[in-house]
Amino acid sequence: MTDARNAGLQSILVLAAATGVALLPRHLDLFALMQVTLFAAMSVLALSLAFIWGFGGILSFGQTAFFGLGGYVYAIATINFGDSTNAILLAVVLPALFAAALGYFVFYGKVSDVYLGVITLTVTLILFNVVNSTAGEVYRIGIARLGGFNGIPSVPIFNMPFHPEIPLSPEASWWITGGTLIALYLLLRLILVSRFGRIAVAVRENETRAALLGYDTRLVKLGVFVIGGAIAGLGGALYVNWGAFVGPTIFSLSLSAEIIIWITVGGLGTLFGPIVGCFVIQFLVASIGSQQTFNSNLVLGAILVAFVLLLPKGVVPTFLLCLVQLRKDHRARPNTTAPKERAMQVN
Amino acid sequence: MTEPVPLLKTEKLTMNFGGVIANDSIDFNLGEMELRCLIGPNGAGKSTFFKMLTGQITPSSGTIAFRGRSIAGLPSHEIARAGLGIKTQVPNVFNGLSVRENIWLSARRKNTPRTTKLVVDEILERVRLTERQSAIVGQLSHGQRQWVEIGTVLAGDPELLLLDEPAAGMTDEETERTAEIIREINEARAIIVVEHDMEFIKMIARTVTVFHQGRIIMEGTLKNVLADPRVRDVYLGKKVVV
Repeated sequence: MTDARNAGLQSILVLAAATGVALLPRHLDLFALMQVTLFAAMSVLALSLAFIWGFGGILSFGQTAFFGLGGYVYAIATINFGDSTNAILLAVVLPALFAAALGYFVFYGKVSDVYLGVITLTVTLILFNVVNSTAGEVYRIGIARLGGFNGIPSVPIFNMPFHPEIPLSPEASWWITGGTLIALYLLLRLILVSRFGRIAVAVRENETRAALLGYDTRLVKLGVFVIGGAIAGLGGALYVNWGAFVGPTIFSLSLSAEIIIWITVGGLGTLFGPIVGCFVIQFLVASIGSQQTFNSNLVLGAILVAFVLLLPKGVVPTFLLCLVQLRKDHRARPNTTAPKERAMQVN
Repeated sequence: MTEPVPLLKTEKLTMNFGGVIANDSIDFNLGEMELRCLIGPNGAGKSTFFKMLTGQITPSSGTIAFRGRSIAGLPSHEIARAGLGIKTQVPNVFNGLSVRENIWLSARRKNTPRTTKLVVDEILERVRLTERQSAIVGQLSHGQRQWVEIGTVLAGDPELLLLDEPAAGMTDEETERTAEIIREINEARAIIVVEHDMEFIKMIARTVTVFHQGRIIMEGTLKNVLADPRVRDVYLGKKVVV
């Protein structure tokens, strides 16, 4: 029964989000619309780590490796193809393949969790340094110059599928980015109720037990990691579409760390929480950036410390716990109020 | 006439941790449908023996044959798929998930979605946890968690069950119930039980194998084993009056 109620609540939430995405351009000016488009692209990145960390138990410090790779693959491919359609596809497939190769060595080599963090961090650093030193004519893929630390400017933005002559308007870009975010959320929800998702959660809960029941935990973790890589890659393409630019700072460690803060604030082990965390923190950082009194990194650090100490579960799980507690308190009372009233109070 | 292939056969099975020999040249045979108890003092090598059988550690030398197929050194999941299930000494359950989900995860591997539900219901009934099926396993009592683990292993439909201290930390009533469950399971499958509790052993034992300092020192019926002066010396001496 609670499952049914949960499903109902979630469908309402998703419907509300979809309506919001559809109607938002009417209510926001262009600048604000661009801002939320950026937040939504970053939320896709947050979602990728929320999935592999919260449900697969894999803490990757280098989710930006796949994000950056997706961004660069999209930029290079769309410049060469002259059409964004297949470039977006490549920005999903290549990071996924890269995640598969990296994950193969990590999981089949039985590398422990701590070293997994170190390895993913190092890979991100390597990518940053490699891309950073590609300035000059020699470093080009097809007709796309990599540009070293200057990055690749004026990357063509998304166009109508197979119609390169019709680039998307900022509104359409928002619809695509926001819509992708919702679609990915739904996709991950579906994965989590599927057999594979349930086994992935079991592996997170107790890897030894899962193996003793006959599940190849290496393969399960690899699968989770590859899904995370693919989603992060798509996030990278959305990010480049937003700014029409990609540079090596896309592989930066500070961004890698920031995703972890989004998830900690929003709630590890949920998919919705990290999206909330991403929007709120980014909005904060953007607001702080427009004044001089506080340094934004200082504020971010303070927020992280405060959450780890005071609200370790994050905003969304704590909120849900409060709801459950409220409901329990109501049931515990001898004279319960009429069901309608109760429902109203709970909501 | 040649002897039938035993269900489980180990030859010269040895495990060496640095200089410490945990298992020294173990030759062990188990027939189909057998119920065997392993006893021995702490550090005798019983759990190490189980870990080698299930691929949690790779033996230093020696062979393990399960129905004639060599399984020594295979990864755990392949040994599990071959038909070996284990309840480990420290309960290995999915603490954050419900009782039903724990058992489902095990039952699902071999069954279609439809039969899985039936199997899960049947197992829940068997380990007397039908009423607690939606409880989160981490919140159950120690004894109930042991049953969850036994049920989970059973749901995987193994041909041989290894139970490492299945009655540890249980009340007398729970211990009796566990003995009952084990006898029921033994109607269809072979079981090896490691246990310290002699009362529990008496409830279920037919053949007993005694481990001491990494070796098997004797094997026989419970009565013979308990009567043997060597066994009394190394293990039972002060603890049990027969």
